[in-house]
Amino acid sequence: MERIEEKLKILADAAKYDVSCSSSGSKRKNNGSIGDASFSGICHSYTEDGRCVSLLKILLTNHCIYDCAFCVSRKSNDVRRAAFTVQEVVDLTMNFYRRNYIEGLFLSSGIFKNADYTMERLLRIVKKLRTEERYNGYIHLKTIPGASGELIQDAGLYVDRMSINLEIPTEEGLKMVAPEKDHASVRKPLAFVQNQISNFKSESKLIKHKPLFVPAGQSTQMVVGATPESDLEILKVADDFYQNYKLKRVYYSGYIPISSDNNLLPAIGTRPPLIRENRLYQADWLMRFYDFKVDEIVHESKHQLDLEIDPKLAWALRHPELFPIDINTANFRTIIRIPGIGRQSAMKIIKARQFGRLHEYQLRKMGIAYNRAQYFITCADSIINIGHTSMDWVRAQILQQSKASQKYLPQQQLSLFV
Amino acid sequence: MIQYIYDGSFGGFLCCVFECFERREFDVQLITEKVFAPDFFALSKTIVSDKAKAKRVLDGLTKSLDASRAKDFFRVFLSEDPIAIQNALGLIIQIFQKKENILENYGEEKALYFSQTLKKVGRERHRMKAFIRFEKSSNGMFFAVIAPDFNVLPLIIDFFTKRYTDQTWLIYDEKRHYGILYDKTGISEIEISELDANAIIPSNEVVVLDLEEQKYQQLWKSYFKSTNIEARKNMKLHLRHVPKRYWRYLTEKK
Ligand code: SF4
Repeated sequence: MERIEEKLKILADAAKYDVSCSSSGSKRKNNGSIGDASFSGICHSYTEDGRCVSLLKILLTNHCIYDCAFCVSRKSNDVRRAAFTVQEVVDLTMNFYRRNYIEGLFLSSGIFKNADYTMERLLRIVKKLRTEERYNGYIHLKTIPGASGELIQDAGLYVDRMSINLEIPTEEGLKMVAPEKDHASVRKPLAFVQNQISNFKSESKLIKHKPLFVPAGQSTQMVVGATPESDLEILKVADDFYQNYKLKRVYYSGYIPISSDNNLLPAIGTRPPLIRENRLYQADWLMRFYDFKVDEIVHESKHQLDLEIDPKLAWALRHPELFPIDINTANFRTIIRIPGIGRQSAMKIIKARQFGRLHEYQLRKMGIAYNRAQYFITCADSIINIGHTSMDWVRAQILQQSKASQKYLPQQQLSLFV
Repeated sequence: MIQYIYDGSFGGFLCCVFECFERREFDVQLITEKVFAPDFFALSKTIVSDKAKAKRVLDGLTKSLDASRAKDFFRVFLSEDPIAIQNALGLIIQIFQKKENILENYGEEKALYFSQTLKKVGRERHRMKAFIRFEKSSNGMFFAVIAPDFNVLPLIIDFFTKRYTDQTWLIYDEKRHYGILYDKTGISEIEISELDANAIIPSNEVVVLDLEEQKYQQLWKSYFKSTNIEARKNMKLHLRHVPKRYWRYLTEKK
């Protein structure tokens, strides 16, 4: 096998546990050369595990001087090591992009020698792509914790998105499995870049040809299920980072056991907590697009999301006093909180009712999950119920329906990575 | 009921609308030349495509709705679904007669079908942006062959022109026997007879590939494999995202 193929195998394999894959949200436009990152994201393919392939996601190297227990690239792990040259990464990116395999590059790295040495190479790659290849596609760069401010700032001029992983949701958890790391070394660069982004924004009002600085913003990732944090803790951390560092995304990665030599971590063979991960994404979605607060999503006495039902349904079942909602009069904000109705169908309802009151048969056809929504709404021809329906009964009904339909449907898993 | 027989083009469709109003015939069934089989009992009339008439209808639509909503009729037309096209005719007649935007009346059958068709065409368009795979030939041209369910090639030209400004490319729809060629200055539509088309289809190996083409295809395949996480394998989900009918065009699935 050619050496480059072997490197690609090793360094793609090591990078795949990073779940961020979005290629959207940039403002970079093509100016007569190649590439355009001004569109919303595109998934060019899907792996057999159902995750989106949008970017060439690789490590520059999987050599690392650190020994984080949850990481395949850790120093003490017995794996094959490799490192790309700057030119190899550039060639792969350009040739894959020209064939429409990818939306761009996601570049991360283990740390060889020290943070600045590694960061400096990453910088050379992104600079070469932009200036020599005149490439305008998407670039997501992993910042190396501990790298100097100048290098990070310089890189920010060439990339679309930057991220730096929290890895473990809480400081205590992180200390257990990666004693050399701390959350401060993540917060600091995030804050630094956030600062620069807003500086550039205010400056660009004055300057005509504004330079782009990390136009697609920042993101981070937390490993879920390696350490004992509750969902409430995890979502609070996410909320904090959304509020204080204006992150575009927080990713949740269900821990896949890769090591037997650390008894603090789940053993090899333990199934990754896929349903829990799914619920966290749904909860995150509710925070970002449905105006839910963390304490509305997680029941304060339980601290965990319900694994059987999605968080919006769980919230509705806890609040029988708010239902049923009249589809023909309620506002948008209220309608999107109804289980089984998303933002698109809510918009349709609002538009369509201008032409007359909506009846059940119309709602059924409009793409809402009527079997689920029916317990929470009234429409033009609803039979008036006296008193509340028991929510325990509703829960049982819905669970039964979804069990029956699961037999025929492919396993329900949210397409999270779009 | 009268049958209008037209050439199957969008312009021809617009001319049918023109004819409806010209002749005050609103109970019309649209049929394309290709599928027309004379029906003894039905009245039929051949509608000749006329650019000026088509343009007047389109301008009228743009005035009654807005430009992007008017373009939705083009998008729905590309579905090639006779029911959707027949419905679209009904909707245009209503829009011109009632002067209101009934397209948003999702509680009504025709409007709902219109928006559902729009969504289907939109999804196919999105897939073609994602699933097109170019192969580089020895003369430096990047070419791709597709066979989308709906005729979405016209809807993705802009996307690829913006993206690949400095390379020559050709996207060929082998189901509908036409393609779009971009030569770094502009685009042109090319029609290729079935015979010649065989020549550009990669499996037939008439096109000489760039020396490095095989290498990058191989690298892409092995990247695709390495990035999969075995512990999370979920083929049902995989198939939902990448239906089998697209596989023969995807480098990583060949
Ligand atoms: S520093 Fe990064 S690459 Fe190195 S062991 Fe820790 S997580 Fe892995």
